[in-house]
Amino acid sequence: MLKHRARAVMLLVVAAAIGYFVYVSGQPSGSHPFRLGLDLSGGTHLVYQADISKLAPTDIADSMLSLRNVVERRVNLFGVSEPLVQTEQGAALSSKESAYKLIVELPGITDVDEAVRSIGATPSLDFRLVTADQMRDYQTKLSTFSTTTEQDAAYMALFKTTGLTGRMVARANLEFNQTTNQPVVGLTFTSDGRDLFSIITKDNIGNYLGIFLDGKPISVPVIRDQIADGKGQISGTFTLDEAKRLVRDLNYGALPVPITLISTQTIGPSLGQDAINGGIKSGIIAFIIIALFLIIWYRLPGFIAVVALAVYTIIMLTLFKLIPVTLTAAGIAAFILSIGMAVDANILIFERMKEELTRGRGIWDAMHEGFARAWLSIRDSNISSIITGLILYYFGSTAVITGFALVFLIGVIVSMFTAITASRLFLYAVAPSRTSKLSTFLVSNGFTKMKS
Amino acid sequence: MWVINNRKIFYTASIILVIASLASLIVYGLKPGIDFTGGTLVEVSYPDGRPTQASVATELSTIDPAASIRPSTTKDGEEEFIVRLKPVTQEEKVAVFSALSLKDTVKVVEKNFSSVGPVLGVEALRKSLVSIILVIIGIILFITFAFRKVSEPVSSWKYGLTAIIALIHDVIIPTGVFSILGHFAGYEVDTLFVTALLVILGFSVHDTIVVFDRVRENLRLSSARKPFSEIVGESISQTFTRSINTSMTTLIALVVLYIFGGSTTEHFSLALIIGIAAGTYSSIFIGSPLLVTIERLGRKGK
Repeated sequence: MLKHRARAVMLLVVAAAIGYFVYVSGQPSGSHPFRLGLDLSGGTHLVYQADISKLAPTDIADSMLSLRNVVERRVNLFGVSEPLVQTEQGAALSSKESAYKLIVELPGITDVDEAVRSIGATPSLDFRLVTADQMRDYQTKLSTFSTTTEQDAAYMALFKTTGLTGRMVARANLEFNQTTNQPVVGLTFTSDGRDLFSIITKDNIGNYLGIFLDGKPISVPVIRDQIADGKGQISGTFTLDEAKRLVRDLNYGALPVPITLISTQTIGPSLGQDAINGGIKSGIIAFIIIALFLIIWYRLPGFIAVVALAVYTIIMLTLFKLIPVTLTAAGIAAFILSIGMAVDANILIFERMKEELTRGRGIWDAMHEGFARAWLSIRDSNISSIITGLILYYFGSTAVITGFALVFLIGVIVSMFTAITASRLFLYAVAPSRTSKLSTFLVSNGFTKMKS
Repeated sequence: MWVINNRKIFYTASIILVIASLASLIVYGLKPGIDFTGGTLVEVSYPDGRPTQASVATELSTIDPAASIRPSTTKDGEEEFIVRLKPVTQEEKVAVFSALSLKDTVKVVEKNFSSVGPVLGVEALRKSLVSIILVIIGIILFITFAFRKVSEPVSSWKYGLTAIIALIHDVIIPTGVFSILGHFAGYEVDTLFVTALLVILGFSVHDTIVVFDRVRENLRLSSARKPFSEIVGESISQTFTRSINTSMTTLIALVVLYIFGGSTTEHFSLALIIGIAAGTYSSIFIGSPLLVTIERLGRKGK
C-alpha cells in the first residue's frame, strides 16, 4: 500500500514537472516551442516533380542532392525564415513519373511569387564592380558594424552591376591553377561578352570585379590587366565537386535536374490561427466533458482515469516537442480523437471490475481481476488501431495524412501505458482497504444500483 | 436477450440505411476533391464586402471557363468565395487573383490556395485505394489470428466474416451520407475523408472485438449445453455499457472537434462521427446477432 502510494506520488511529481516544462518551453520565447506545420503557421508548400529520365541511374542520388542544395540556396536568398527543402525519392506507390520529388516549404509568408519563380530559374551569374577606393573605405569601417547582417548589407551595396552576365558566357570548363593545383572555372565569353569584358577590364584596372552566383559573391578578384581575348577565370575556394557543379550549371544553364511544379498550397495566416485556436479550444472542452462523464459515471476510479488522462496529455505534449512532431490541423484532430480513445482502456477495466464486484469479490481482488482480465480486450482492440495507423503513416499521400497517422500512433501507444500502468498505480494507491458501504459506492459505477 | 430476439428489426434498420447509401452512391456518386482529380481550390475573403458572383465569374472565365464559384460566410462573418478550377501555374495564379479582385479594384485576402497537378492526384488515389485494401487485409488477418482457437460452434473464420460485414456496414453509411451531402451541399471527398474511413475501420473492429472476446470467454466458461444464442446474448449484455461508454467518450471528443475545431477538420470529424456511431450500432446490434444467425444456418444445413 505504502509502496504504491510512494510510487504514485512520484509519478505525479514527475508528470507535474514535465507539465511545467511543457508550459514554460511552449511560450513563444521558450526553448522548445511546438513545431507547427504550414497549415497552422501559414505559408506555402510546393511540390515539384523531378525529371530524371536523362540521368544515368548512378547519378540520380547525387543530382537530387545538388538539386536540393541549389534550390535551398535560392530560397534562402529571399530571407524566408526556416525554409524546408527536401527531396523525396521512390516513395511507396509513386508512379514512375512522380517517383522523384522536390518539396519546398516556405513558412510564414504567403506572398512568395518571386521566391517561387526563382526556384525554377536558371542559375544567374553576373559580374559587378567595386572601385579600389570604395573597397578600402569599407575595410577601414569594418569594426564599426555591430552585426554581420549590417556588415553584409554594406558589403553588397558596394557593388555596381556591369551588365555582364552568365548569358554572355559561351562555355565554361574545369581547369586547375598551375601553381596551387586548386580547381578553377574557366570562362569563354560570347562575342558580345568579349567586347563588354574587354571594356570593363580596360577601364577598371586596379579595381575589383565581383563574380556573383545566384546573387552571392563567390570570388572578388582584382583586375590587373585588360582582357581582350574573351577568356576569364573564376578562382574561388572551390572544392573539386563545387567547381564541377558550377561548370555544369553555367554550361547547361539549368538546375541539375529539370523540375516542374505539380502542386502549390498557400495558407493564409488567419486560417492557420483559426485552426490553432479551434484545436486548443476543442481539446480543453473535450477533456472537461470527458472528465465530468468519467467522474459522474465511474466515481473514484473515474477520477483516477481523469488523472491518468491528464498524465497522458502531458506525455503527449512533451513527445510533440521532443521528437519533435510537426503539428498540423489533422494532427491536432488526431490528438483530440486520441483523448476520447485513451480512456477506452480505463472503461474496459472499470466495467470488468464492476462485474467482479457483483460476483462477490472484495474491492482489492476485483481491481486485480479487472486489470488482468481486461488486458486481452485492450490489447486486441489497440492492435487494430495500430494496424490502421501504420498503414496510414506509410502510404499516406500527403503531409496532412502522415501527420495525422503519427499523432494517432503515438497516442495509441502512450494511452496503453497511461490507462493501464499509470491508472493501476494510482488506483492501488487510493483504494479503500476495507469493504464498507461507502467504499463500495465509491468504486462501483453507473446511475442505477447494480443488478445481481 | 432483447438484442438477439429482435435482431430482425435491427437488421432491417441497417439494411435500409445501407441500401439508401448505395442508392445515393449510384445515383449521385461522390464528389472527389482536388487531391484526387487535380485542380485548384482557392479560398478568398473580402474584408470590404464581396463583389457579385457574376462579376467574378466573368473575370475568371478567361482563365478557366469551367471554374465553379461558391459563396461562403465564415463563423466570424467574413464573406468569402471558394473557387475551384483547373490546375494553374505560378504565373496563372497571379491572373487568378487579378480576376478575383476584379483587376485589383476590390480588396481580396488569400486564405487558402491549393493547386494539385493531375499526376499527384492519380498518385493520391492509388495510395488511398491501396491503404484501404491493406487495412482491410490486415484486420481480417488479425481477427482470424485472434480467434484461431475458437471453433465451436462457430468456426473462427466466421467471426472474421461477421466482423467484415460489420466493417462494410460502418464504411458504407458515412460514404453514403457524404454522397448525399456532396450532391446537396457540395461536400467533397478528399484524402482526409479516406483517412477518416480508415480510422472508422480500425475503431469498428475495436468495438466488435470487445463483444467477440466476451463470447469467446463465455464459450470457454459455459459448462452445460447452453444454447449459443443465449451465450451471445449474455455477452452482449455484459459488454453493453462498455461498448456504449467507450464510443461515448470518443464521440464527445469528435463532436467537440466538429463544433469548435475550425473549418479544416470539420468534414473530417463529421465523417468520423457518422462512422463511429454506425460502428457502435453494428458491433452491438449487427455483429453479434449475426453470429447467432450464422450458427443457426449452419445447424439447418446439417
